[in-house]
Parts: sequence; structure tokens; C-alpha cells
Amino acid sequence: MEEDNKNSRRKFLDKGLKIGVIGAIGGLGLSKISSKLNASNSSGSDEKMELMTTDGTLIHVDSSEVMEIEHCNSHDTKYNVREGIPNRKFVMVVDLAKCKNALKCQSACNKHHYVTGENAWLKVYKMQEAEDTAPYWMPTMCMHCDKPACVTVCPVDATFKRKDGLVLIDNERCIGCRFCMAACPYSTRVFNWGEPGQEVTLNMDLTNHTSSPEHAGMPSIKGTVDKCDFCPHAIEKNELPHCVTACPNGVFYFGDKYEDTVTNGEESLRLSKLLEDKAGYRLMEELGTSPSVYYLPPVDRLVDFKDGLEDFKEFESVEPVEKTE
Amino acid sequence: METNNKIINDLVPKKFTKRGIIWTTFLIALIVIGLIAYIDQLIKGQEVTNMRDYALWGIYISNFVFFVATSFVGTVTVAILRLTNNSWRTPLVRIAEIIALAAIIMAGITIIIDMARPDRLLNLFIHARLQSPITWDVVIIPTYIVISLLLLYFPLIPDFAILKNHFKQSNSRWSKIYGKLALNWTGSIPQKILQEKSIKIIAIMIIPVGLLLQTIDAWLFSTTYRIGWDSTNFAPYFISGAFVAGVGALATLIYVVRKVKKLEEYITDYHFDKMGKLLALACLIYLYFNINEYLIPLFTAKKGELTHLETLFTGSYSGLFWLVTIGGLILPIIILLFKKGRQPRTMFYIGLLVVIGSWWKRFVIVTPTLLHPFLPIQGVPESWHHYFPSLHEWLITIATLAMALLIITICVRFLPVIPIQRTIDELQATNANGKNLES
Repeated sequence: MEEDNKNSRRKFLDKGLKIGVIGAIGGLGLSKISSKLNASNSSGSDEKMELMTTDGTLIHVDSSEVMEIEHCNSHDTKYNVREGIPNRKFVMVVDLAKCKNALKCQSACNKHHYVTGENAWLKVYKMQEAEDTAPYWMPTMCMHCDKPACVTVCPVDATFKRKDGLVLIDNERCIGCRFCMAACPYSTRVFNWGEPGQEVTLNMDLTNHTSSPEHAGMPSIKGTVDKCDFCPHAIEKNELPHCVTACPNGVFYFGDKYEDTVTNGEESLRLSKLLEDKAGYRLMEELGTSPSVYYLPPVDRLVDFKDGLEDFKEFESVEPVEKTE
Repeated sequence: METNNKIINDLVPKKFTKRGIIWTTFLIALIVIGLIAYIDQLIKGQEVTNMRDYALWGIYISNFVFFVATSFVGTVTVAILRLTNNSWRTPLVRIAEIIALAAIIMAGITIIIDMARPDRLLNLFIHARLQSPITWDVVIIPTYIVISLLLLYFPLIPDFAILKNHFKQSNSRWSKIYGKLALNWTGSIPQKILQEKSIKIIAIMIIPVGLLLQTIDAWLFSTTYRIGWDSTNFAPYFISGAFVAGVGALATLIYVVRKVKKLEEYITDYHFDKMGKLLALACLIYLYFNINEYLIPLFTAKKGELTHLETLFTGSYSGLFWLVTIGGLILPIIILLFKKGRQPRTMFYIGLLVVIGSWWKRFVIVTPTLLHPFLPIQGVPESWHHYFPSLHEWLITIATLAMALLIITICVRFLPVIPIQRTIDELQATNANGKNLES
């Protein structure tokens, strides 16, 4: 396992380096190089150029070798589904002070992931720690833990952890033992106990869809586990996850830890500053699962807790769909 | 010689009586019903069970744990009693080996029943990941099946030779089969030495493998964060529980086999007395680990753990919890302390009580924990807050139990349930001793 990890890491580094070199050449000294190139093209001189790679080493390159290329956007490159998008680390921040259980996140998630079961992937819990403490609303999704208990116990590597932080499921491989569900302390995983019936219930055309870890639920597969996937299919299109865009109160911030930036669609903030200013924490930190989702405590609330009670349904998280003809 | 012939005649497998045929047909009927239910489950998916996202494991798993536990009887009686030279084991070991084999085979099948995608069974080998306790199970269960099979087979070889001769006239077809299984056994000294050695190796091997099997079974639970499972006490707790379940099953089945096969001469009150003492020991050890698991944590129980313990002691699972603790553990200990309590008939009832208690005990271990996750159960139908097996689950589970009994029945029908050769040998040894004393 260890060996495997190292190997894939080496491969990853290798790839990263290549992309880095190209990126450095293309991005860093682009204007300089091109002007030099123009000047030296006719002469074909053996002038050396000093360039710096992304990991900080200086290299000498013959200037005639240097060509102008289009700026390489690493988001566009094809990447291994099990490896993840290179050089990214996705995180989410949930501001409990803003949540009033509007449940738009949940219905958007259910809709875009074609959830047909009776247990939503995104839940808004009605929480109250003790009798005297204030109640609050707490949305939960998959925590995409850095030390995921579910991945540890999976016997077939059907659920896996990517370098960009995402924990995804290969529904074509899952054997339906449900050990990951038992292992997850956040109760985030749901199971397709029967035929998902998305074609029937949602009137969904599944003819051209093959299951992909990158868009969970499209389609769901009987006898396998589903859960929140952090919407890599949206990230790919430079969009935010569905719950983030759907929330009318800007509760959810999504972003990249390496860039130290998160956004809720309206405002972009420094992740570190946000966590510092608002005393961010993670759920069940003491378990050591190291989640990728941060919570901001429900202080200085803009909304009344009671407003959310209207929408609270103790026994329902997926609205029954009205069949369309 | 005459006594030898009597022993052989007493102990060779005999045809089913009418009762035997009815019993076997009954078991087959149960299996067929279960099979139909299972096929239905395959078609419709596991929505035919009452398991849902919170109670994500149910009686398939607790039944699996029960089978694994019962299979421990092979390790205990055969290996440990052999290594400690307890000669009273002789008429009991074969049945113990048969129970162990039947139970571990059924454990393997039961765990597949719980898998929602049995069609992807091969993934367990193709994509195996070593750090998953399920992979450890995939390794240990087949290993235990093989060792149990060998432990049953090696001592049978001389008996097969006896059966071959015995059936030469009356049933040539069976004589041939027994002859094949006897592997040209002649009873020569080199053969005896080789057999003795092989049995010894297997008997020693089965101890670590048996302990590991129970341990891995416990780790299946204790490698999760769940309250009630996340316990370092779990492996010895499971091992001692398996000790109880196995010896309980042995006492029950020995009584039935003795009655059906009229073996009162060979399996006497003395044997039941010894078994009773062994069961009492098992129950006492198990009680000790139960106290460690449920009583002592009360002192430092955190909120979640306290909720869990309260559910067991006074809450919705208290009835079942006290039933298995008192009925399946404390009551047997009290009865077994008295000599009268270790008589055959009482032993049968105690064994039965212990086995039923052991089965439900596993239910109490698996289910309540799942219904107390870290976050509250919200947003799911009310029925998901509880768990009681559906008709499909019951039919399939009953079928697996029937299948275990069928394997045992078939073995008891075609194999000598008491080792013939060894009984003869031991009798001759005592006779020789007696003569020596006289002279």
C-alpha cells in the first residue's frame, strides 16, 4: 500500500514537474522570451537562458529551444479520475450563523444528483447540544476527510481518496458490503437498497450515461453506496457545487486550500483569515478524521432559528417527485 | 475380537429411520423456501430486507457472527482437549469437528448473502486491499474451512478402512467410496506414525487460526468509530463468546445424536458432566468479559456511550439484552454448578438455551450500535429509526441455519460419529492395563 502510494506519488510528481516546466516557460517569462526569440530566430544563436522550475531549481535552456506556447491551464488537462485534479485541494466552509434551514441546498443536491431514495446526501440537522444551549441548523455533506475511515475499510478500493482532497466512489466496483457506511462517523453515506429507478421516477434518459465517480448519482446503481461527491463535474466547468450556488443565504463557501481562497458565489475570502476571524472548526475533530469541511460557529446570527422550523421535516429529506408525463 | 465387532456394529453409519427422512425433508424444505426468498432478494435488491441506511447491517451479519462463533468448537474441543490430553473427548470430538465445519462453511455463505452485489464477488480478489478487515476475513475463513476439513478427515482415515470392510458384502457401492476415502489405509506402523503426526500439526495449527478467526470477526466491528464497537476488549470478548456458543452447540447436538443413534453406552453421564464443567468455565470467562464490556464503561461513559448502555440496560433493547445475559449466561452458570445440572437431559436444555442466547446476543451486539450514530437520525422515514428483520431476512436466515443442520445431518448419516478405531484402541489399552495390574 505504502509502496503503491509512493509510486503513484512519484508519477504524480513527474507529471506535475512536466506541466510545471511548461507552465513556467509559458507563464513566467512569456513576454521576455518571445521578444528574445524574435530577435534570435534569424541568427539561431546558442545563447543560454536561465529559467526556474516550479520547485525552485534553476535550469539552463538554449534559447532557440524555447518556444511560445499557450498558457497551460492545469484545470483543462486530462487527469486520472482516481488521482484528482493536479495541485488542488478542495475545501468547504459552512457558516452556521447564516443557515436558516431554507433547504435550497438539499433540493438542489437531490435534483442534480438525481437522488431517488429516501435519504438525502446533504442534510440540515436540527442541533442542540444541551438543554440550555441555543439550537442551530447544521448542514452536513460528505466531509471528504483527509484520513477517511470509509476508504480504510473498503475491501475493494471502490471508495478512494484523491490528491485534490475528494473522496469518491466507483459504483462499478462497489460490492455492497456497506462497511464504509458503518465506518463513517458522519452518517453521510446512503445505499441503493433497491433499483434506483431514476428513469421512472425522474423521467431521466440514461441511455448515454455510464456511471462515473465524478458525477455521483448519474446514474445510481442498485446495491452500491452513494454520497456527496463535492461536484467535480461542476468544478470541471469552473462552476461551484450545486449546494453552494443554490443557497440563498451564502452559507456555503467552496474553494481551494492551496490558493487559500473560498467563495460562496457572492464574495471571495481568504480561507485562513475566515477561519481565524470566525473561529472555524471541524466536525468531530477528536476522531482524527481530518475533514475538508470547516464550520463557522452560529454566533451573531442574522436569522432566527425558529424561521427554519417551518421547513423542518423530521422524517423526510427527499421530496417525492410529481411524475411528469 | 467379539467386542471389536460389537463396537463396529454399534458405531457404523446406519440408514435413516423414518424420523431421519422426515427431518431431512423438513430441512430441505426450509432451505428451498430460503432459496426462493434469496432469489427474490437478488432480483429486487436488498430493499426486501428491513435494513436501511442507519440499520445498515442486520441479522445476516449477526447470523454470520453466530456461525463464526459456533465454528470455534472445533478449536476448543479438538485441539485444546487433545493437547491437554483429556481422554474424555474421544466420543465427542468427531461431532465437534462436524459442527465446526458446518458452521464455518455457513459463515462463508452467510456473509455473501449480506453482500448486495454478489455478482462482484471476484472483486474481493481482483481489487483486494490488505488494510480492510473484510480482506482478512476473506483470507481466514477459507483457511479455517480447509483446516477444519483436514481435522475432520485425518482421524477418519482408519475408520474409512473399517467401513470399507464392513460394507463389502452389504453395500459394495459405499464400500468403494469409503475405500477411496481410506487412501489404502492398512494400519501399518509407518502409516500410523504419519497420521498421528499430521493430526498433531493440524491440531496445533487450528489454535492460532481459530483464535485469529474470532479476533478478525471482532475487528470487523472494532475498527469502526461506532459507539459500542470501538472497544479494545472486543477480540477476547468475541473469543470467549465463541467458546460459549461452540460448547453449547456441542452439548445440544451430542444429546440428540446420542439419542437418535442409541449411543448411551459410549456417551455417558460422565461425558456430559465433563462437558457441563467446560461450558460452565466458558460461561464464567464470557461473563468476565461482559462485565468489562458493559458494566465497567458505565463509570466513565461519555454521553454517546451512556445513551448506548442505557438502551441496553433500560431502553428499547433491554428486554433482549437481559434475556441473553441472564438466560444465555447467568442462569446456565448457576445450573451447571450443581452436579444434577450436568446430567444429559438438563445439559441438552442448557445447551439449547445457550445457543439461542448466543444467536440473539449477536443481534444485540450488531443492531443497537447502528441505531445510535454520532449525529442524530433525521430526515429519514420513521421506520428507519428501528430495525426488526423482514420476512425475507427470516426465511433466508432460517434456511442458513437449516443448511448447517443439514450438513451436520448428512455427516452424521454417512460418517461414524464416534471414532471407531480410537474407541477400539482405547478399550484395548485399558484392557491391557487391567491385565497388567492383575498379573
